[in-house]
Amino acid sequence: MLRIDCLRSVYSELENCLVVTIMGAVAAELHSLGHRPNFFYLQHAMGLASSTGLGLALCLPEQRVIVFDGDGSVLMNLGGLSTMARYRPKKLVHIVFDNESLLSVGGFPTATSTGTDLEGIARASGIPRVATVRSVENFKAAVTDAMHGNELTTIIAKVEAKGPAAYVTDLSLLENRFQFRRHIQSLKRS
Amino acid sequence: MPVSLTNSRLIFDALKECDIRLVSALPETWLVHLIRLTDEDPEMILVRLAKEEEGVGISAGAHFAGLKSAMLMQNHGFLASINGIVSFAHLYRIPLLMLVSYRGSLGERDPWQTQGGNISEAILRALAIPYFCLDAPETVKKRIRQAQTLAESSLQPVALLLTRDLMWEE
Repeated sequence: MLRIDCLRSVYSELENCLVVTIMGAVAAELHSLGHRPNFFYLQHAMGLASSTGLGLALCLPEQRVIVFDGDGSVLMNLGGLSTMARYRPKKLVHIVFDNESLLSVGGFPTATSTGTDLEGIARASGIPRVATVRSVENFKAAVTDAMHGNELTTIIAKVEAKGPAAYVTDLSLLENRFQFRRHIQSLKRS
Repeated sequence: MPVSLTNSRLIFDALKECDIRLVSALPETWLVHLIRLTDEDPEMILVRLAKEEEGVGISAGAHFAGLKSAMLMQNHGFLASINGIVSFAHLYRIPLLMLVSYRGSLGERDPWQTQGGNISEAILRALAIPYFCLDAPETVKKRIRQAQTLAESSLQPVALLLTRDLMWEE
């Protein structure tokens, strides 16, 4: 299963959500499908995409928030799973692309390649709904289900360690950040 | 426990007057009253963290959402947050109002706090984070307002160091 095929399968569903991604392949691939003002790509600060999604979800409880995370980033902030589970915002969907690798820095294997079980960690942290998916069909079904549900969900998507040729996009970090905030403020006014 | 309830309430009231509506925190002795006051206030969202660096992401989310937030942490928690501060708050120009208990400075009895006390201000200066030591109760309200104003206008982290003189009664 390729991450970009997963992203493509749910892209049309993301229109009315606030989307936060981690750096690297996830950001570059989502951007390549077509940037939208409701997408924020956290191009550093590994581990904090999920915390950002949690902050958004706690402040905007009616707003659907999607975080596209990765195994390397989650492993850097395992405590963040317990914080998400503690407050369990109903409309937060946390998707972890697990390619068992730190792909963008050369493909070094993460601990999920040697048996660390992110689904088990998420469940034991107290995330109320957790699933692991291994096909695009199941990915799309799980994400769609979570987006129409009303419970904090973490989905572990086991994907191949393959990414785009380049990671830098033509969207500057600050442009993305200001556009994202302005988009949210416009939603609040409408 | 001689943590000053009077001054904790002063700080809390000043935060509320600045329209702070979300506070992230990791408990430490000097912050117990502040965290409890936040928890008991229905207008406040309290986010209890596992590690202080999470608070950078939480505050960024709050900023995007249009809510004003503050972070409560010990100076060792500030040290634990540095990558988040540099590679999120500085990189993306996110305002952070950081209230940092200044452990390990003059009068510290706990040996384990002393090393952090030695280097906290030097690290703040190295990161070019504007900071101010809060020690006089009569200036608390004004300084918190000023720190928040600067954080919002400059879109960057600003720190207030909560000193022993302010937080501890003995």
